[in-house]
Amino acid sequence: MSALPTATTGRPEPARTDAAHGRAATGARVEFRSLRRAFGPTVALDGLDLTAGPGELLALLGPSGCGKTTALRVLAGFEQPDSGEVLVDGEDITRIPANRRDAGMVFQSYSLFPHLNARDNVAFGLRVRKVSAAERHATAAELLDLVGLPDHGGRFPHQMSGGQQQRVALARALALRPRVLLLDEPLSALDAKVRLSLREEIRRLQLSLGITTIFVTHDQEEALSMADRVAVLNAGRLEQCAPPAELYERPATAFVAEFVGTMNRLPGHLTGTGSVEVAGATLPVDGEIPAGGGPVDVLIRPEGIRAEADPEGTATVVSASFLGSVTRVLLDLPDGVAAKADLPSRDAADLLPGVRARVTPVPRPVLVVPAAPVREPSAGKAAA
Amino acid sequence: MAALTPVSRPPVSGPPVSTAPVAAPVKPARRRPRYWRGAVLTVAGLYFLTPLVSSFVFTVHVPNQGVTFAAYSGILSADGFTESLFLSLSLACATIALALLLVVPALVAVRLGPPRLRAVVEIVCMLPLVVPPIALVTGIATVLRWGPDHFSRTPLYQTFLAVQNESFPVVLVLAYTVLALPFVHRSLDAGLRAVDVPTLVEAARNCGAGRLYVILRVILPNLRSSLAGASFLTLALVLGEYTVASLLGFRPFAVWIVSVSGAEARMSVAVSLLSLLITWALLLVLSRAGTGSSAAVPAAGPSTAPAATTPAASAPAASAGGPSTAPTAVPGKE
Repeated sequence: MSALPTATTGRPEPARTDAAHGRAATGARVEFRSLRRAFGPTVALDGLDLTAGPGELLALLGPSGCGKTTALRVLAGFEQPDSGEVLVDGEDITRIPANRRDAGMVFQSYSLFPHLNARDNVAFGLRVRKVSAAERHATAAELLDLVGLPDHGGRFPHQMSGGQQQRVALARALALRPRVLLLDEPLSALDAKVRLSLREEIRRLQLSLGITTIFVTHDQEEALSMADRVAVLNAGRLEQCAPPAELYERPATAFVAEFVGTMNRLPGHLTGTGSVEVAGATLPVDGEIPAGGGPVDVLIRPEGIRAEADPEGTATVVSASFLGSVTRVLLDLPDGVAAKADLPSRDAADLLPGVRARVTPVPRPVLVVPAAPVREPSAGKAAA
Repeated sequence: MAALTPVSRPPVSGPPVSTAPVAAPVKPARRRPRYWRGAVLTVAGLYFLTPLVSSFVFTVHVPNQGVTFAAYSGILSADGFTESLFLSLSLACATIALALLLVVPALVAVRLGPPRLRAVVEIVCMLPLVVPPIALVTGIATVLRWGPDHFSRTPLYQTFLAVQNESFPVVLVLAYTVLALPFVHRSLDAGLRAVDVPTLVEAARNCGAGRLYVILRVILPNLRSSLAGASFLTLALVLGEYTVASLLGFRPFAVWIVSVSGAEARMSVAVSLLSLLITWALLLVLSRAGTGSSAAVPAAGPSTAPAATTPAASAPAASAGGPSTAPTAVPGKE
């Protein structure tokens, strides 16, 4: 990367590292401040406040229409916010045109230029900036080597697989040494195997280059496995931004709890002492307690439920799926409530379909939400 | 997963039963005689070649004199041939440039802008197909007559005179551009449909390219086939257009052919045949220019193919009119 030209935006170049070439990298700090963007009556971003630290890989996660792609496009300069601002290293870039933003972007649909081969695609931005042909070719070769395609420089996009095209797109995005790397669902068009390998490769590159990266995805597994922090968006608002483990273990809101991973929603009763009764156990409540007390829904992860075969038990095993070290058991509880429990496979051998079982929540703090008015027969959410 | 996955096993006792699917016996395909293909090709070939052969025979066979190529050898020295051909080619170049300058940015803009504008542009571009050229030329003639009277004391007066300059009548370029709009639009629209314009534009902008750079270096190279098709259709239209030029009193190639047909009927037909050959040659050149390197073909190849082949279909119709008709190469009407 030593041959890569510096950005031409006229601001001082932040110290960066190309670990692959023995330099230290810091990346840029990206801030969204009170960002609002509406498309007619649809509000895509509703006062989004979010910060990505230097060199961090921040994943934007959320359901369709939550505003994650809009946030990325605003950062890239393809959308103008109705209000709010975008800052990169403290500099307000909200009104700067897309071609002067110094942010490399990888699109979902590869978006390589069909009339150019891989080498020229990678060197496109350098050509725009009138870098000499020799330097362009050297840089393109270096980047193609970096993404594992040293021999594909002469190939046109239609002569490459989806994974190869996306690697070239990644190299193209990195060619201008952008301050920020933007990934807009870059893996969603690829098959599972390629997705997995490219996921690891992107992370490896991001860590080695130390470039601040914003990664939009609707795939929880991708977000949780790749990102330093995951920002969960819902209806244009930030629900929670936290490291993956914290997001999973300590979700800040019911939406996050139910959206990330698999969550059981079991009926419970507030006891009035900061605890809740659920499935015959009394558990401490974590987070906000709904006003008024009374019946609530308790959110418990499948690994937070224990089950053992017991003829006197009130639950019935519906199915058991062997997943390797754990077995996921689907249980029918009284009142038509269903629950999922992840048990060590060696402890689940007796839990065959039709067997009566005793269900006990693991004693740890749980989230509670107001009881749903109509309880679905299958209360457990399978989002994983 | 084994516990959850039912596995069907072969019977324990008895001879092993093969569970592999047995391939159905393949019936030998009955070879049907394909006479109809030959018949259709023969009829089409006769329909296409008979007028051409008849025209050629007419030009080289003089009753009581036998075969002579005087009609062809005299073309270059014929009065007005070079001037009219050069004028038509100049008009064609100007028309192609103007039509592409108008349509390419418009179509790219509607691809990037609100989708409803696409229908508006399409309707506007298709209008010349439903307006007869005679109506168009009547309108133009009226304006040209009316303009100088009303603008005689303004700088526009000189403009009205300039656009009617006989050595290069700009008014014909404007009229031909209108007539060519449907063909140019169709060809380019087909090409643009094969390209994800918004994403490519965003990718290029993300690489630091300005809007003009994006159009010149990203969009246009991916439309080479379409551009070649549109250019050829326009060229064919201008070379064969007779009505507008004749009624406005100019003398490009098509008008010249008709004008010499009275005194030099054989030469007129010979020129028509030659113009057909020239058109085909240009088609080949533009087709090769349009396809370019084979590696880039899939980008816009399939959907622009119809545009590229249309000239081939329209060009023969141009000169197939025979000795008594104007050698109209218009890919549409007239």
